[in-house]
Amino acid sequence: MASRTPFYILVSLLFLAGTALTLHRHIAFDIPWFPGEQRQTWSIEAKVDFEADGNPVTARLAIPNTQPGFTQLNQQTASPGYGLSFVERESGTYAEWSIREANGDQSLYYKVDMLVDPFAIPDEQVVIPSAKPNVEKEPYATAAQMILDRAIERSSSNYTLARELIHEFNNQEQTAELLAQVKPKTAWISQLLQEAGVPARRIHALELEDGRRRQSLIEYIQVFDGEEYDIFNPETGEQGQAENMLLWQYHSGPVLEVIGATNAQVSYSMISQEQPFNIALNQKFADNEWLNFSLYTLPLEEQAIFKGILLIPVGVLIVVLMRILVGIKTSGTFMPVLIAMAFIQTSLLTGLIGFLLIVGVGLMIRSYLSYLNLLLVARISAVIIMVIGMIAIFSIIAYKFGLTEGMKITFFPMIILAWTIERMSILWEEEGAKQVMIQGGGSLLVAILAYMAMNLDWVRHLTFNFMGIQFILMGLTLVAGSYTGYRLLELKRFKPLTKLDKS
Amino acid sequence: MSEPAVKMNWLQTMRERYAHPGALSKIGVLGMNRRNVSYISRYNPRHLFPLVDDKLQTKELALEAGVKVPDLIGVISEQHAVKELSHILQRCSSGFCIKPAHGSGGKGIMVVTRQSEEGYRKSNGQFATISDLERHVSNILAGLFSLGGRADVAIIEDLIHFDDCFSGFSYEGVPDTRVIVFRGFPVMAMMRLSTADSNGKANLHQGAVGVGLDIGDGHALRAVQFDKPILLHPDTGLNMMTLKVPHWEEVLTLAVSCYEMSGLGYLGTDIVLDRFKGPMLLELNARPGLTIQIANGKGLLPRLRQIESLSHKKRMSVADRVAYAREHFTDHR
Repeated sequence: MASRTPFYILVSLLFLAGTALTLHRHIAFDIPWFPGEQRQTWSIEAKVDFEADGNPVTARLAIPNTQPGFTQLNQQTASPGYGLSFVERESGTYAEWSIREANGDQSLYYKVDMLVDPFAIPDEQVVIPSAKPNVEKEPYATAAQMILDRAIERSSSNYTLARELIHEFNNQEQTAELLAQVKPKTAWISQLLQEAGVPARRIHALELEDGRRRQSLIEYIQVFDGEEYDIFNPETGEQGQAENMLLWQYHSGPVLEVIGATNAQVSYSMISQEQPFNIALNQKFADNEWLNFSLYTLPLEEQAIFKGILLIPVGVLIVVLMRILVGIKTSGTFMPVLIAMAFIQTSLLTGLIGFLLIVGVGLMIRSYLSYLNLLLVARISAVIIMVIGMIAIFSIIAYKFGLTEGMKITFFPMIILAWTIERMSILWEEEGAKQVMIQGGGSLLVAILAYMAMNLDWVRHLTFNFMGIQFILMGLTLVAGSYTGYRLLELKRFKPLTKLDKS
Repeated sequence: MSEPAVKMNWLQTMRERYAHPGALSKIGVLGMNRRNVSYISRYNPRHLFPLVDDKLQTKELALEAGVKVPDLIGVISEQHAVKELSHILQRCSSGFCIKPAHGSGGKGIMVVTRQSEEGYRKSNGQFATISDLERHVSNILAGLFSLGGRADVAIIEDLIHFDDCFSGFSYEGVPDTRVIVFRGFPVMAMMRLSTADSNGKANLHQGAVGVGLDIGDGHALRAVQFDKPILLHPDTGLNMMTLKVPHWEEVLTLAVSCYEMSGLGYLGTDIVLDRFKGPMLLELNARPGLTIQIANGKGLLPRLRQIESLSHKKRMSVADRVAYAREHFTDHR
């Protein structure tokens, strides 16, 4: 006999690949083990207000992208009469509204849903701002240089320099006031950092808090150290990004530009929502190219189909186990799986009643067909037509009696039903009614078990979300295929032999 | 009753009804899975299956190899040839039987013991007309008795005049001897006797009696019906233990030569004893059942393993292998 080693290697490879893929999906994409887990999303609405006076108006609002901690799900705008486009510029992504003529108070809305996602993958690389030399007038240049010198003295790295600069601005109040006459503190701090050779910029962030309205952006300083960066609060010198801090503008550009109008301002309101993870994932993966292998990239309808298809291996495995480990006889190897699939559509009780009705009546009519002595293909075809007729009649009867449940009978695969009837009928003629009961009952039992396994929420969840599970199922099937031990029913069948041994 | 007591009870009934897998493997009982994986798929090449599934091919093969089979009177393979049935039947003087080439489990076999002026006398005493026989042949051709309903061929064979030594052991039907031949060695044998429960069919799960036979000399070891041991024939009341198959050496030799002829390593051979012609091959089975173990009260595995452990180089003749099996696989000595 050929060596079993390749077989065992194959099986262990399958198990390894399956486990690795599954773990990878769980860890890298944060897909939970159990269904029904919730994910937090933030809906943030920016409202741009300005006064127009009959001139053409262009309004540009910086909008956030997927960033560390948050994945952008979807965005929408409300701005009647305005032309809208999303433009990518060096200084970030903008929503650009335009109109030929506008009068009076105008309000434009932009809404974005952000998924709280520790595993978010930002759309673009962070661009380190390049240093721009800035010549300042006296006495501001000297005053600024003084603060910078103090800070450099008391610091050792990029981050500590930023912290010390903020402290110096807070400590040397008079100098700070003097400098504030020219430009705001945050602008000075980022400028001084740049002068000291530290890449830095002002960014605008939003503090997320459920149900807040009319919020505005807060300025922070983003300081780079090589590829890394950190965020500093310019008031307190506090380092780090809080979990509820969403960066709105982080490309050293303006937040809002309005051309052709006055009194422009933007305010923010936000709510937090809990969404089932799969809805969140659906949105996350909806337009993402990088995860091609995810079923979430398919349209919803195809996803639904795949949900069913990926369940079949589970049902098949149940059949394999029931036949090889237990030894239950079924009529037609995988007929129980198909019946179980139908049960999923119809619900168990309706399905069972429908199945028994069709097969029972079918057997009666088929027993007449066997008198006609037909060729096999013609006989099966006749049975198929008969099954369709029965399904139609039962549906109509059920509908007339107001039993809408009865309509679900149409979910049964007709060809399979026809073959079941044919096999049962031959079995009845050849082996008698008892064998029909045994095999029919066995088939139904396996079908119900397969249905129960396939109908478990977490089985559906696992098979749909973790492709690796398919590898594991394959491995299990192969292992079962080389099982040479006793079947459960054989333990009963061969029981007399053990008694003999003792006597 | 308290919870643990219920559980204990349940465990006890389980233990009474089900054998411990360890106990079975200690006796060496061959299970279905092991039979399929380790014996049938390993020793029976798939392309040889059609030879044994088609009784006509088996018969031709046997004639070539000089294995004794019931005489072939005629074959009807087309619907229009059915009309020639009466011509064909004139070739045989007395009894005959009509069977489908692909039938299984004794289905579709019609036995006519005598043809006379009154018609054809069937084995159950009823008379049939030539049109009855023609309808039966049509049914066979349409695939009524073949597996999966495939179109089939009707074979007309000479009647087996089964040996008187079995009268009283079998209710109607032909008692046949099943010998499992593994790599050319007869490893286990059983006789199948039809009963009233089995409607004259020699099918064990339909209620026929299985009698385990000693490979050494062909005497009965044990009898079972519906997998339960019995001592007396349920219909005739004869003591089953008095049964002994005559011409035992010839039966085994016939069975063993089927290995050479078919090339199947794990083979079930069904043999009948003809009063005049001695043992004859009835049919071959590439997937022999496991009930023979219950009838013998023994597991197949120790014997199969013993054969497997024999050296491959030493080619033994048919007679040597029969002698080897008779010496090793017997309760005597």
